[in-house]
Amino acid sequence: MTRLSFSLTKPWQHLTLVQNYPALVTVVLTVVLVLTIGLSLTQGSVSLTGTEVWQAILRSGSPMQQTIIWELRLPRIIAGVLVGASLGMSGALLQGMLRNSLADAYILGISAGAGLVAIVLITLGLFLTWVPLAAWLGAILVSLLVYTLARTSVGISIERLILGGVAFSFLLFSIQTVFLLFAEEGRVQAALIWLTGSLNGRGWSEVKMSFPYIAIALLLGSTLGKTMNVLSLGDDLAVGLGISLGRSRIWIGAIATLLAASAVSIAGLVGFVGLVVPHGVRLLVGADYRWVLPLSAIAGAWVLTLSDLLARLGAIELPVGAVTSLLGCPLFIVLLYRRSKLAKGF
Amino acid sequence: MSLLEIQNVSGGYEGQSIVRDIFLSLQSGEWLSLIGANGSGKSTLLKLISRALAPYHGVVLLDGKAIHTQPAQAIAQQLAFLPQQQTIPTGLTVQQLVSLGRAPHQPWWQWDLSARDRVLVNHAIAQTQLQPLQDRPVEQLSGGERQRAFLALALAQDPKILLLDEPTTYLDLRHQLELLDQLSYLNRDNHLTIITVLHDINLAARYSDRLAMLREGCLWAVGEPENVLTPETLLNVFGIRAVALDTPVGLQICPISAASTESSAPSLSESFSEPISESMPSSCSPHRDL
Repeated sequence: MTRLSFSLTKPWQHLTLVQNYPALVTVVLTVVLVLTIGLSLTQGSVSLTGTEVWQAILRSGSPMQQTIIWELRLPRIIAGVLVGASLGMSGALLQGMLRNSLADAYILGISAGAGLVAIVLITLGLFLTWVPLAAWLGAILVSLLVYTLARTSVGISIERLILGGVAFSFLLFSIQTVFLLFAEEGRVQAALIWLTGSLNGRGWSEVKMSFPYIAIALLLGSTLGKTMNVLSLGDDLAVGLGISLGRSRIWIGAIATLLAASAVSIAGLVGFVGLVVPHGVRLLVGADYRWVLPLSAIAGAWVLTLSDLLARLGAIELPVGAVTSLLGCPLFIVLLYRRSKLAKGF
Repeated sequence: MSLLEIQNVSGGYEGQSIVRDIFLSLQSGEWLSLIGANGSGKSTLLKLISRALAPYHGVVLLDGKAIHTQPAQAIAQQLAFLPQQQTIPTGLTVQQLVSLGRAPHQPWWQWDLSARDRVLVNHAIAQTQLQPLQDRPVEQLSGGERQRAFLALALAQDPKILLLDEPTTYLDLRHQLELLDQLSYLNRDNHLTIITVLHDINLAARYSDRLAMLREGCLWAVGEPENVLTPETLLNVFGIRAVALDTPVGLQICPISAASTESSAPSLSESFSEPISESMPSSCSPHRDL
């Protein structure tokens, strides 16, 4: 009887079993990411064996295979890893700071800002090589505006950040729609692919351009875990624990924006990664942001690498953003269902 | 020198002063309770002391230094604040929650608890009798346990002064007494200085060294419960007729009725006719009808 009630009254032990080993989760996720990258290198219109890939990486083997690996697959995969890691951590930062589980990497108006600039340039056919940089600037500009609007006498209001982001998004999306409606036919498709998010044809130049920003932002973001944990206790208590609400929110928002804007400038608006990945990570390791932040980056990188692999496997290549949503939505629903089942146990 | 000195502080929200011209000082090891009617500014004053709000004018000095011009982290090492309603974090265990109390003592690069942090966290958990629950997620605790967990968080902060905004509001009688006895122990044995906002005058009278009575944002009277809980001040501050009773747990009051608007001077009990000597608010004039 006692034994029975013991197992009935302590179902959270199943959770803490995992939650006690975030380090283990980190190792497993990293291994899975590396394996997926390896697999991704072998797959494509020309499939290679493991040894062939390895030889090509070491710059021996056939010149054609070296070109496939070094000029096509490797930069594209690295671009995917960077985009996924950025979106994952950015989503985790914003969900935590805004205490809103619907927040994603784009909630501060990033998708709208980047989207509008990119769509205008693409539909008008102007300065097409500058689209990544322009999208990056557009994203940062709009989130700056949203932040300015959210300022109050005591600091930065979370509610105003969310509402400002939503309001700007609607405004800018409607302008986008007008541009799309009146654009020439071929350009509409290019614009739509950009809006869905794609890694097709991404090479070293994109990687080189955003790598420094993303690497620095990922490192800085990882140090914010403790602040995020304290902020999750509510404004008053966080202040009592020595957190400056204004400064910490500017800092978190700046890093999240830099990450999301850089991701957008590489791949366009890849959806769902920034929303789903942090939820999944929290299910694995609990709510401790010291782990959630870096693990969201690793998990995001994995999800994007896997999605891009799947996107390339079919007869026609799909934009990676379509795959993340196709893959992410059902997964998300399953996660939610499992969580509600767990919750009922208590 | 007193530990905490509130000098001519006014403050509130959105440019409107809720509390005005407050002078108050607190000795180390003292327990002061802020009491007053709804909207009298108790919580606002506590927020001004806790640094959650900035005053429009005046200063709050902690050990002689103004708290609003020092870094937040430096203040948080000495002063802990428990707001009335806590945001319950999802997925954090009691142990993880209490560990966050060490945040103000950690440099930003410190990833995990230091040995000393660990000792203090365990001590705080032990002091609040939370050892059996320390691996439970906070959202699964009962109201009383949850309040204890947040108290442990504040204790892990290792403060000189602990500020609590209506800590007993959501607790039943037994848990109210348990929590206040706990605070009383910390106050006596650990020499922790405590400021509470309390709704219940009798609990405030029973546990606090001094009471500060607020009315419409002004400090009406400050002093030991025996001196300030007179029928006269109760009428002025709370708008009630009450008698003061001597009970086994000290002075308690028994409210009789809400005062009608054409209030006559109360004459229900003359046993505590000593004038309120310690402090009479300057700009906030006592009720003229009296």
